[in-house]
Amino acid sequence: MVLAADQAARREGLRPGMAASKAQALVASLIIFDADPDADRAALEKLAIWMQRHYAPLVAADNDGLMLDITGVAHLYGGETNMLTEMVRRLASVGIGAKIAAAPTYGAAHATARHVANPVFLLQDDKLANALALLPVSALRLPPEILTALKQLGFDRIEELANTPRAPIALRFGGVVSRRLDQAHGRADEPFDPIVPPEVPHVRRNFAEPIGAPETLARYTTKLVEQLCAELEVKGLGARKLDLLFFRVDNRIEAIRIGTAKPVRDVKRLAKLLCDKIETVDPGFGIETMTLTALVAEPLSYRASPSSLVEAPAPDVSGLIDTLSNRIGEQHLYRCAPVESDIPEHAVKRVTALAPATGANWPPHWPRPSRLLDPPERVETVALLPDHPPAFFTWRGRRRRVARADGPERVFGEWWKATTETKAVRDYFQVEDEAGERFWLYRAGDGEDPVTGSQDWFVHGIFA
Amino acid sequence: MPAAPAQMDALREKIRRIEAGSRVLREVLPFGVPEIDNRLPGGGLALGALHEVAGGGNGALDGAAAALFAAGILARTQGPILWCVSRRDLFAPALAQAGLHPDRVIYAEAGTDKTILACFEEGLRHGGLAGVVGEIGRLPMTPSRRLQLAAETSGTIGIAIRRWRRPAEAADFGQPTASTTRWRVSALPASPLPVPGVGRPRWLVELIRAKAGECADFEVECSDETGRIAIPAELVHRPAAAEDGRERAVA
Repeated sequence: MVLAADQAARREGLRPGMAASKAQALVASLIIFDADPDADRAALEKLAIWMQRHYAPLVAADNDGLMLDITGVAHLYGGETNMLTEMVRRLASVGIGAKIAAAPTYGAAHATARHVANPVFLLQDDKLANALALLPVSALRLPPEILTALKQLGFDRIEELANTPRAPIALRFGGVVSRRLDQAHGRADEPFDPIVPPEVPHVRRNFAEPIGAPETLARYTTKLVEQLCAELEVKGLGARKLDLLFFRVDNRIEAIRIGTAKPVRDVKRLAKLLCDKIETVDPGFGIETMTLTALVAEPLSYRASPSSLVEAPAPDVSGLIDTLSNRIGEQHLYRCAPVESDIPEHAVKRVTALAPATGANWPPHWPRPSRLLDPPERVETVALLPDHPPAFFTWRGRRRRVARADGPERVFGEWWKATTETKAVRDYFQVEDEAGERFWLYRAGDGEDPVTGSQDWFVHGIFA
Repeated sequence: MPAAPAQMDALREKIRRIEAGSRVLREVLPFGVPEIDNRLPGGGLALGALHEVAGGGNGALDGAAAALFAAGILARTQGPILWCVSRRDLFAPALAQAGLHPDRVIYAEAGTDKTILACFEEGLRHGGLAGVVGEIGRLPMTPSRRLQLAAETSGTIGIAIRRWRRPAEAADFGQPTASTTRWRVSALPASPLPVPGVGRPRWLVELIRAKAGECADFEVECSDETGRIAIPAELVHRPAAAEDGRERAVA
């Protein structure tokens, strides 16, 4: 029997549930692997641990998929859609074709990921009921025998099931159908059992009475950090990524995740980073257990600081970097480094804020504007061809007469990178209008040969 | 400016000490241009204080000159700089040409004014940075007070580049804030060259507000590769130039 089929097989018409002999009859050169559920589960768990390290602290492995709680995580990736697209991209780069959906409930996310996502889908809160109504009953995570029976009874879509009186259904199939319906609609809670990665430093504290006040949470956070740091010290490690989980009495889990730029074992600093985020935790009716896991820990050894009579030691800003990157996201904190490229928008690359200083700088002799427009804005000009700066140009609805100009600085396309740039040329001019405002204009093309560009003019930057 | 009597100076110093309380006493960063430094209390731009810079005209929206003015100031300090931006249009090579080496500048990109203010304040409080720049539109009194206090406690210089999305919002620059000085930098036609081309750019730098100081206008040549601005040569010898003009008018 066919249990799973990849995309190529599906294109040939193979479906899970088909007899293996039939499949072989359809496709002569079919490659068949024996099913190995244990290996599948192990691989899924491995993927879950990877997802936990990279994306969100709460990850659970389902039968044939992963569930992630991305509450309060998505803004680090610039929104949910960006986050999902980025996940699909990264999974595709290791050969996993993923379909991902984000929805207000696990049930809805489970259903839309399997039936709607192509490859990503984002379900907003207000569209939840409408979207679920149109999905087939099989999207509800029901056992196969109930699904067959429902099909025989003529239930096709979730809306038909939802509009039917519940008592007869419950009498016939037990409570599972209405429970799944309620879970998908967010009317019933769903237990979530996050994976705990093996062999990482982990401390836990249970409370006899549930706690809830932010000050109490902060105090116990500090205590947990102390315990964890002691454990890390024994192993000679420093934390790079910490997950603090709060298990609420109503079976929900709230999570805080922090990351650091360098391995850290400083109680005060880690506690501060965690306590900064306590305000995002909703304690509900109280918290009965807190766990702290050092998800990523790296070797940390003591280092003698070189003392010098002459130079003051360079200030350590890694603490500040950690605080800021936990607030705005690691990728929004960066330094710029030069790249050897004549094309202005390619001449700057981002490096991490704590990357070692290289001392490299941009060549100083060409004027560069302090603001670069991305993308360049097209302007109407009056200019003599081939090599004069414009006499007039109209930008953002205002016509400016060019009083002075400098140029051209000719930039050739990077033919070794892209074939489309083989003949491309840009001529840059620094122009100043009568009021003294200075702009960086360029002409796409050399002014003579249409192969080199469209000969249109663009504003690319504003000089001080 | 005539020199104040010694007693007045002593009295000012006393008041300054009382006002400063337990905070770090102000040091200053001179521009190296006597005409400007003489107008500033203490003989330069106070370190450990908040300064505001905005552009004039279109510069209120793009903040191109204001950014370079700030870069020139920070280029003359030592140590890392935090630059909080809301839009991605800052072009690092231009800052490098004003003397701010790329290894020194850490950029923090934040979407909202609120986040920028939070990063700005965090940077000022840290104390290990040479300076913090925040590109921000609205700056109400209370946040500016927080920034000023944070700068005073750590001794880090804070520069708020005021930048608005629409020209109408630029009127916000008239609202009072707790900053120590307030500057407006607008582009002027560049220094004339004997040949066609654009010379060294010039700015009209207006000191709109200075705590314990007076307002002033300066016409300067923009920051060079060490971050120094300069008064154009022909303006230094203005009396001579004026006489010259009068002679021509007579003839």
